Amino acid sequence: MKFGIVVNEGPYQHQSSDSAYLFCKAAIAKGHQVWRVFFYHDGVNNASKLTEPPQDDRNIVNRWSTLNEEHGVDLVVCVAAALRRGIREENLAKGFRISGLGQLVEAGIQTERTVVFGD
Amino acid sequence: MSEGNNIKKFMFVNRKAPYGTIYALEALEVVLITAAFDQNVSLVFLDDGVYQLKKAQQTKGIETKNFSPAYRALEGYDVEKLYVEKESLEARGLTEADLLVDVIVLGCKELGELMDQQDVVLSF
Amino acid sequence: MLHIINKSPLTNSSLDSCLRVAQSGDILLIEDAVYAATFGNAFEGKIREAMGRFKIYVLQPDLEARGFADRIIAGVLPVDYGGFVDLTTTNKNCQSWL
Repeated sequence: MKFGIVVNEGPYQHQSSDSAYLFCKAAIAKGHQVWRVFFYHDGVNNASKLTEPPQDDRNIVNRWSTLNEEHGVDLVVCVAAALRRGIREENLAKGFRISGLGQLVEAGIQTERTVVFGD
Repeated sequence: MSEGNNIKKFMFVNRKAPYGTIYALEALEVVLITAAFDQNVSLVFLDDGVYQLKKAQQTKGIETKNFSPAYRALEGYDVEKLYVEKESLEARGLTEADLLVDVIVLGCKELGELMDQQDVVLSF
Repeated sequence: MLHIINKSPLTNSSLDSCLRVAQSGDILLIEDAVYAATFGNAFEGKIREAMGRFKIYVLQPDLEARGFADRIIAGVLPVDYGGFVDLTTTNKNCQSWL
């Protein structure tokens, strides 16, 4: 099955980004396709390459990048939400791209299930 | 609406009050974009989400944009299905007359049935 | 429909609202909502009552993380992330009660 995922919260502050990632990993392991992850609200902070967690903690941003690299998951950051929060092309981590809200609507249209993670 | 099989039922569920957090405003931004995609769009205001529609919002004192007039503009984008849960209104001492836009008031049971019929339910 | 809840019912009304509005289907408790799957708290009666109308699932890794793996209400069904994925596919739609 084809999935669209929405992440509404930033990394570390809320569990939603972790839950979304673990959901994606499990879906892929079951042979499903995660067609797109759309980052909205503070979720855009998942895309900052300036993120540097302590050595013994998970690297949430890199985990997303790896999902893109290994499974072709389209990682889309909402432009309006991103500009509000200082996320721009120059600090975007690998595998993410900035685009419009239409990409969220398109995910709803093109995929069979849209699952939202937030607060 | 030419591609009939590509029309999906999108429901936006608003359960959060405005201004305290940005969710209500950014939800409205998604609704306006979705309208441009010719989908079957409905909005639900539930729990504290009903406060988004309260008349007489004055935001000058908090130096924040008053986005409530935008709910009245939704009609111009062919977004006409605005549902408010009856129990949520009553629990907050509000009636339809307190709201800044025409809505359809539904009891919790009918609202639940409407949710079941959706393809995509987005909540923020 | 799959209803996904992520807040403790003791501090937030999202599970209460879901139980009021939703008519039937599956409920999955994740993140801070997993406390609702446990016995001995003030919400237990409501969960037991809801079990007649809904199938109630809990995300086991979230329950374990919070130290409550041994306090699950009998009849609430534990799932892992794979089970979470399965619930989204077996139901025809889903909603996160944020």
